Amino acid sequence: MLDLDMTTIYLLVPLAPLTGAVLAGLLGWKLGRGFAHTVAILGVAVAFALSAFVVLPDVLAGNRFNGTVYTWGVSGGIPMEVGFLIDPLTALMMVVVTFVSLCVHVYTIGYMHDDPGYQRFFSYIALFTFSMLMLVMSNNFLQLFFGWEAVGLVSYLLIGFWFTRDTAIHANLKAFLVNRVGDFGFLLGIAAIYLYFGSLDYAAVFAVAPQLVQQTLTIMPGVDWNLLTVICILLFVGAMGKSAQVPLHVWLPDSMEGPTPISALIHAATMVTAGVFMVARMSPLYELSETALSVVLVIGAITAFFMGLVGVVQNDIKRIVAYSTLSQLGYMMVALGASAYAVGIFHLMTHAFFKALLFLGAGSAIIAMHHEQDIRKMGGLKKYMPITFVTMWVGSLALAGIPPFAGFFSKDMIIEAVHYSTLPGSGVAYAAVLGGVFVTALYTFRMLFLVFYGKPRMDEHTKHHLHESPWVVTVPLVLLAIPSFLAGFMTFEPVLFGGYFAEAIKVLPGHDVVGRIARGYQGMGPFIAHGLQAAPFVLAAAGMLLAWLLYLRYPHLPDQLRERAKLVYNVLLNKYYADEFNEFVFARGARAFGRLLWKIGDVRLIDGLAVNGSARLVGWVSSMVRHVQSGYVYHYAFAMILGVFLLITFFLHR
Amino acid sequence: MMLADYLLSLAIWLPIAGGVAVLATGGDDRAHVARPLALAISILTFFATLPLYTGFNPHTATMQFVEDAPWIEALAIRYHLGIDGISLLLILLTSFSTVLVIVSAWIVIQKKVAQYLAAFLIMEGLMIGVFSALDAILFYVFWEAMLVPMFIIIGLWGGANRIYAAIKFFLYTFIGSVLMLVAFIYLYYQSNSFEILTFHALKLGLTEQVLIFLAFLAAFAVKVPMWPVHTWLPDAHVEAPTGGSVILAAIMLKMGAYGFLRFSLPITPDGSHELAWLMIALSLVAVVYIGLVALVQEDMKKLIAYSSIAHMGFVTLGFFIFNAQGIEGGLIQMISHGFVSGALFLCVGVLYDRMHSRLIKDYGGVANRMPVFASFLMLFAMANAGLPGTSGFVGEFLVILGSFQANGWYAFAAATTLIFGAAYTLWMYKRVIFGTVANEHVATLNDIDAREAVFLTALAIAVLVMGLWPQPFLDTMHTSVEHLLKQAMTSKL
Repeated sequence: MLDLDMTTIYLLVPLAPLTGAVLAGLLGWKLGRGFAHTVAILGVAVAFALSAFVVLPDVLAGNRFNGTVYTWGVSGGIPMEVGFLIDPLTALMMVVVTFVSLCVHVYTIGYMHDDPGYQRFFSYIALFTFSMLMLVMSNNFLQLFFGWEAVGLVSYLLIGFWFTRDTAIHANLKAFLVNRVGDFGFLLGIAAIYLYFGSLDYAAVFAVAPQLVQQTLTIMPGVDWNLLTVICILLFVGAMGKSAQVPLHVWLPDSMEGPTPISALIHAATMVTAGVFMVARMSPLYELSETALSVVLVIGAITAFFMGLVGVVQNDIKRIVAYSTLSQLGYMMVALGASAYAVGIFHLMTHAFFKALLFLGAGSAIIAMHHEQDIRKMGGLKKYMPITFVTMWVGSLALAGIPPFAGFFSKDMIIEAVHYSTLPGSGVAYAAVLGGVFVTALYTFRMLFLVFYGKPRMDEHTKHHLHESPWVVTVPLVLLAIPSFLAGFMTFEPVLFGGYFAEAIKVLPGHDVVGRIARGYQGMGPFIAHGLQAAPFVLAAAGMLLAWLLYLRYPHLPDQLRERAKLVYNVLLNKYYADEFNEFVFARGARAFGRLLWKIGDVRLIDGLAVNGSARLVGWVSSMVRHVQSGYVYHYAFAMILGVFLLITFFLHR
Repeated sequence: MMLADYLLSLAIWLPIAGGVAVLATGGDDRAHVARPLALAISILTFFATLPLYTGFNPHTATMQFVEDAPWIEALAIRYHLGIDGISLLLILLTSFSTVLVIVSAWIVIQKKVAQYLAAFLIMEGLMIGVFSALDAILFYVFWEAMLVPMFIIIGLWGGANRIYAAIKFFLYTFIGSVLMLVAFIYLYYQSNSFEILTFHALKLGLTEQVLIFLAFLAAFAVKVPMWPVHTWLPDAHVEAPTGGSVILAAIMLKMGAYGFLRFSLPITPDGSHELAWLMIALSLVAVVYIGLVALVQEDMKKLIAYSSIAHMGFVTLGFFIFNAQGIEGGLIQMISHGFVSGALFLCVGVLYDRMHSRLIKDYGGVANRMPVFASFLMLFAMANAGLPGTSGFVGEFLVILGSFQANGWYAFAAATTLIFGAAYTLWMYKRVIFGTVANEHVATLNDIDAREAVFLTALAIAVLVMGLWPQPFLDTMHTSVEHLLKQAMTSKL
């Protein structure tokens, strides 16, 4: 073991990928592809090794760290700093982020093989890893916001990576702006914290929070709202943007315009879970506002169910997985809303593994199909791509929550937690997450069956060239399949019932649903056995069965169903017309309003009437006055006489 | 007598004398002499201003590097110079920007080269004079004299509609300034002095203060510019040559904001409080209204001009919420805006030099031909959108924190810039830079050369350093801002 100071190690973890990003970005064009992917992968590998084998064991040994790296700025006597908080929550996030990132880096060598922007891509994803690490390692709100915006920037750059595609550059602008709407709330939340807590440091804020439970904020004269509720909801607006919760979800499906590796890394496994992480990190605040928790719960439930439904009718393989991601993010939010923060983070972790796996597997199929993403043109891939096929099965079972795959443990716990929750809205949420299980299984296995089973539906040329992807693609698939299978099984007990999160997550006794579940917990065997008899499993199995009936056994049925339920089908296919609404109301509305202010306000009124008008007025007056200076003596004499008369009259009648 | 005692005079008169020398090189056949000479003078001036930073004592609010000599004794007008933490960074920004402007003009300007470069050098000296004058009449002389070179720059090297723009610029700013002079004369009769620091201590009644505040406002609001006296700026920017736009945006707009801090707040504290509602309202209108107007601009320079007005709205908002975060945020925003808007105008200049168009619709897919340029512009666009890690974030963040203390709704309105700023900047970026090559002109574009890389790199470093570590900038201003706040919060009634 190297004798390095822990603080140095904490610094090294984000700086290693940053170095990789900078070198790949500045020198990659000169030194070539090999150099670019070597430095980027090396940087991320160092970060992963240190996180998994140094930081995590250190945290498990009970060590914590909360310290400042440097003072960013001081204003009004309140310092704003860049610093790290290393606790179990951070350590877990660090391992998940760096592990998935490493897999995606390796996979990229294969996926982006023919792309002219190869070096640029590596520079971006290494930069992403740095930003995400700064976000999760932060010990204060300022740096959290830095990381928050930095991952948004990289996401923007990567969605628009193929910048000559109109759809891509539309999608990245949309993603950035929708996220900015979320950040708008987030920043106001931070400003409120700064004002009322006098600090941006987590520890200081959490320490003061209980004293401010009764504090109110005057929204309008006569309207007072609870301060903590306002703060928590403002912060949650940020989470809704980043973690794509309804109604700020619209950017995530479009983000699939980016290359598949980043769909896996950024838009499934890590960045989009930042909102979930943030709420969990803020548990000492959220615990003090049941209203805010209810909001989180209900928004999450709506997202979980309704976004899953959309996934059922999509035909683009990446979009199916994207809607699945939306739905699963909703599940995580539901867990947080039910005060089961640990469960939310647990699902974040298992989801990171199996969703990255599903995306990379989908990408593998897309490579084989020569970048065709429509599942109606796939079919029968199982015999050509055995490794992709098997790993996709693992991912699908995990996503559908079939025991003992990873997703089963996390999803079952979420459903249980909501079941025990007594918050307003928990009844609706419970129904939504239960219904969501059926929907999840349906769209997952619809995709699996249509892609890998049945008759091949692609053209002869593509079919002729079908083959398994190279090792740089399949190895990451296998690496991700292992935790997708095992992670739940292996870490379930210590993480949820073993007090892993300890002081990192705070739950009030009245909200402690996980604790109540833990009291009834009798070990892994009974838990699985119980799971096999419970409603979620039955629903998942029903979803699987229905997918089998519709897409394998009676493949003509879906067409008939579509005819029968045209209205529902169209609403789902068009994603509830949310894009059309936003485009019409917000995008066109803002432009029309801006044009009005410009043409009427600036050009017509201010410039036309006031500025040029006064210039014209001066011109007019002087042109009138000019007539007086006629040059004829008798005109002047007349004017003088008139003046004298007027003066005399004035003095006489004063 | 040490040179160090006359640093401010040096920073003022070196570029002015140098400008005259550059003029003396003569016609365009001698441009090869005029260019290096102008560059050397601008670099020398920049180095002459550096000791102001290194020798600056951030722990005192008293004026430093003071020079004081009688000028017109009959009227008690003095040649009195000095700086504090409020003016220091603005002087450095001026000398830094001028070097970049000279470099940017190197190849682009081929007609009346010596006159063009001389105008910028002379203007540099006058602007430094504005930021360091401690005598009201001296200030006024610099303030008005500065208009002349800028008037000439727009009027001679400008675009098609340059005469309208130049006259609009001149009349707008001149009319405002005359009222300021009236206020100075009134203050002189009250105090028998033109010393700005004496004005600070002068007792004034509320009505007097309100009237003086309004007179100052006429001068400063036009310069900033604040809504609704902003319409000269888009015209001036569109017609001005690149260098003119850079100096206009980076430095000239700061004069008005500086005036609020040097004159309005300390001389008329009660008047400032009395009319703070108006200032805040106008600032927020600038942020929201102008943000929307910027969204629909079709000319890149106009878009950046409108974006400047919105960003300056943050500055004036910060000043009139009367807390340290607000004023320091406003000051930081001024410096940052100098870097970012300067960089954006230079970037438009880079494109204009190649395509001779500023219209967004004439572009598209520039990244295919100019990847390095596209990367620079990405950075500056993000800074303009206030992305954390760039200088654009720091000021906006502090002002939002400060305005939340005054009233949550101020912060709410101000924070909409997060959305609008990103929308107009990135939408423009998308249409100009991204996409497939739009036409045969774009297809022939060449990426930036070494000269262009020099000034863009210098600004990129400035933007990143200030974004990642604003502390050294903030440190220079704490004491002065604290002192100013005390003045602004102490009633004179």
